[in-house]
Amino acid sequence: MQDIKQFVESGQIARFPGGIHPPERKQPASEQPLSRVPYAAELILPLRQHIGLSGQCTVAVGERVLKGQPLTDAALHQGLPLHAPTSGTVKAIEQRPMSHASGLPEQAIIISPDGEDEWRERHPLVDYQQHDKAELLDIIQAAGVAGLGGAGFPTSQKLAQQKPVSYLIINGVECEPYICADDRLMREYAQAIVLGMRILAYITGADTTLLAIEDNKPEAIESMRVAIAEYDDIELRVVPTKYPSGGEKQLIQLLTGHEVPSKQLPIEMGIIMQNVGTAFAVKEAVIDDKPLIERVVTLTGECIEHPGNVWAPLGTPVDALLDYAGFKPEKDQRVIMGGPMMGFTLPITAVPVVKTTNCILVPSKQELPPPGDEMACIRCGACAEVCPASLQPQQLQWLAKAKDYPALEENNLFDCIECGACAFVCPSEIPLVHYYRQAKSQIRNQAREQAKAELAKQRFEARQARLEREKEERLERHRKAAEARKQMQQQQAEEAPQQEASHDGKSSAVAAAIARAKAKKAAQEGGNAAAEQPTGSQPEEKSKKSAAVAAAIERAKAKKAAQQAASESEAGADRSAGSEASDEATAQPRPAQDKSAAVAAAIARAKKKKQARDQEDKQ
Amino acid sequence: MSFVVGLLAIGALALIFGLILGFAAIKFKVESDPIVEQIDEILPQTQCGQCGYPGCRPYAEAIANGDEINKCPPGGEATIKKLADLMGVEAKPLDSAHGEESVKKVAVIREDECIGCTKCIQACPVDAILGAAKQMHTVIEHECTGCDLCVEPCPVDCIDMVEVETKPETWQWNLDSVKQNIYKADTIPVKVVE
Repeated sequence: MQDIKQFVESGQIARFPGGIHPPERKQPASEQPLSRVPYAAELILPLRQHIGLSGQCTVAVGERVLKGQPLTDAALHQGLPLHAPTSGTVKAIEQRPMSHASGLPEQAIIISPDGEDEWRERHPLVDYQQHDKAELLDIIQAAGVAGLGGAGFPTSQKLAQQKPVSYLIINGVECEPYICADDRLMREYAQAIVLGMRILAYITGADTTLLAIEDNKPEAIESMRVAIAEYDDIELRVVPTKYPSGGEKQLIQLLTGHEVPSKQLPIEMGIIMQNVGTAFAVKEAVIDDKPLIERVVTLTGECIEHPGNVWAPLGTPVDALLDYAGFKPEKDQRVIMGGPMMGFTLPITAVPVVKTTNCILVPSKQELPPPGDEMACIRCGACAEVCPASLQPQQLQWLAKAKDYPALEENNLFDCIECGACAFVCPSEIPLVHYYRQAKSQIRNQAREQAKAELAKQRFEARQARLEREKEERLERHRKAAEARKQMQQQQAEEAPQQEASHDGKSSAVAAAIARAKAKKAAQEGGNAAAEQPTGSQPEEKSKKSAAVAAAIERAKAKKAAQQAASESEAGADRSAGSEASDEATAQPRPAQDKSAAVAAAIARAKKKKQARDQEDKQ
Repeated sequence: MSFVVGLLAIGALALIFGLILGFAAIKFKVESDPIVEQIDEILPQTQCGQCGYPGCRPYAEAIANGDEINKCPPGGEATIKKLADLMGVEAKPLDSAHGEESVKKVAVIREDECIGCTKCIQACPVDAILGAAKQMHTVIEHECTGCDLCVEPCPVDCIDMVEVETKPETWQWNLDSVKQNIYKADTIPVKVVE
C-alpha cells in the first residue's frame, strides 16, 4: 500500500509488459462534433444489457410510456432497471436478436416513439453533498447506470463495495483504434465529467482522483486540464499511447507501478476505476435525474460517408445509425460492433445499441482485410512478447485445441483480457482470442454441468432413500396387519366356546319349544287320560310333575336364549346399517369410474393412432 | 541352532506385523471404496441406465470391479477420457451398443394430452416430474437430466425429448455456426425484367 502511495505521489508513469501499436485511425471521426441521431421508427430494448439478472418487465403492450420512465423493475442490487429513451407506446414485448456475436434472440421491449419526447416528472438535485452516500447509490442504481467502458458492470454495485478506497481512477485512455467516443465526450462535456468525478469521489471516499488520458488526444487533455484546475485532489495523468493501456489492470499498473494480483479485484488494492462516460452518466443521473437512456457511439470506417460520434438513444437499431451516417456497403460488407481488436462482427444489423455499445465500425476490405486462413503455429513467440497479462498465448492455444481444460486453468487462461494483441501480431493468422473465448465458455459450461450433475446425484440418492423408506414402511404395515389378523384369530378362537353356547341356546330354544309342545300334548293326553281315569296312577303323576318341571326349565332357557338372540340381532342390524353406508360410499366414485372409462378410451385411441403411425412408417 | 533362532525371529516378526495389519484393517476400515466415489464424480449423473446398470453409482461400482469404461453415451468422449485417466487404462471409443452421444436434451410433456397416469413420475430417476393421479404432469426443466426413461412408459406418447436451447450464457463462440445474414450489397432485391 505504502509503495503504491509513494509511486502515485511521485507522479511517475510505469510500464506494463507487452502491448502493441496498431494504426490508430481515430482521425476522421474524432474531428466531427457530437450530433444527435433522430429517434428510429422503433427502439429495441433488450431486458438484459449487462452482467447479472434481467429485471421484471413493468409495462404492457400498448401502454404509453414517458421519456425516462422505468420499463423494468430490477430486484435490489441484482440487476439494473431499463428506461424508455423517449415517450411513445410499447409496440411489442418479444424475442429479438441481441447485440452479441451469436445473434441469439432475447426478450426485448419494442417502443415506437411518438415524437413528442415528453419527460416523466424529474427531481433534479441541487446539491448532492446534502445527501448521504447510500441515497446517491440508490439514485445511480435506479438510473440504470452501467460501466460504459466495456463489460457493463452495474456501477452502483462496483461503488457499493465496503472497502476503503484510496484512489479513484477515471479512465479516459480509450486505446482501441477507431474508437473516439470518450475523446469527443471529454472535449465537449469536460465540466459535466468533472462533476461526475466529484460525485464518484464523494461516494467512494477516495482521497485522490486520477484522471488518465492517452497522449494521442491533446484536445481532450487540454479541455480536461482546464476543467479540473480548481480541484486540488484531481490529478491528470497523461499515459503514452500503447494498446491496451485502457484495460483496467493495465492502467492500474501504469499509474501505480503495481500489478493487480491474479483473481483479485482492484478494490483489494484500494482502487476503483470508472470510465469517463460512466462519470458523465453518474452526473446526469444524480444532478439532472436523467437515467441512462443514451450514449455516445462512434460511427466510423471507410464504408461510411460521414464518420463521427453521435448521441444514440439506447435501442436504436444499428441499421438506423448506418443510414444516418451514410452507409455505402460493399460486397460481403462486415459491420463490427466495438473496435477492430475486441469487437465482434454482427451477424445481423437489426440489433440495437445497448449500454455497452461504444462503436460501430464499417471497414472496407482494403482498410481492414478479412482474416486469412489459419496456418500452423511456427513457435515464433511474438504473441508472448506482446501479451499484457504475461501469459503464454501459444501454449494456451495448443491446450485449447487439445481441450485440456485443467491445464488451461493452470496456465491462467482466466487472466486473459481478450485484448487481441497476440492475434494481431501472429504471423500465422491464428485467431487466438477466438480459441480462448471458446475454451473459457467450455470451462464455464463444464462447471455448470458439474453443478447440475451434483444436483441430479443428490436427487437420485434422495429418491433412492425415499423408495427404500417407503418399501420398509410398506413391509412394516404388512407385518402389523398380519399381526393384527393373528390377534383377531386368537380372539375369535377364545370367543368360540361362548358362541357355541349361544348356538346351544338357540337350539335349546327349539328343543324347548318341541319339549313344550310335547309336554302340552302330553298334558292334554294326560288330562284326557285323567278325565278318563280320574284316579290316575302314582308313577303317571310323577312323570307329569317332572315333565312340568322340565318344561319350566325349558321355558326359562328359551327365554334367555330369546333375549340373547334379540341383542345379537340388534348388533346385526347395526352392522348391516354400516354396510349400507359403505355402499353409499362406494356409489360416489362412480363418476370417477366414468372418467377412467373415458381415459381408457383415450388410451385406446392413442394406441390405435400409434399403430396406424407404425404401419405408415413401415409402409 | 542359529537356524532355529532365525526361524523364530522371522515367525515372531510375522506374527507381530500380522497382528498390526489385522488391527489396522478393523480400526481403519473404509466404509466404501473411494475409487467408486471418484468414478461416480466423473459420470454425468443422468441416471439413464443406458450402460445397463440402474443408475450412475451402480455403473461406477461395476467399473471399479473391472467393467468397460465406454458404456456411457451421455458422458461421451470427455467422460471416457477422464475415466481412462483415473483408471489408468487406454481410452476407447464409445460402445455404440449402449447408444450414441447426442446433444443435451430435456423431456417436455405436452400438457393437454397428459392423462395423469403417473407412470412417468415413477420412471423418473431424479424426481423431476411433478403431478398427481388424474392431474396434469409437468417436467421441472431445471432438474431434468434428459435420461429418456419417462418416454417409454407414457401410454399416450405425450412426452417429447427436446434439445436444450442455446442461451447467450451457454453459447460457445463457434462462429462458424452463426448464420451470417449480414447486410450484403448483393442481396438487395433487384427487380428482374423478364
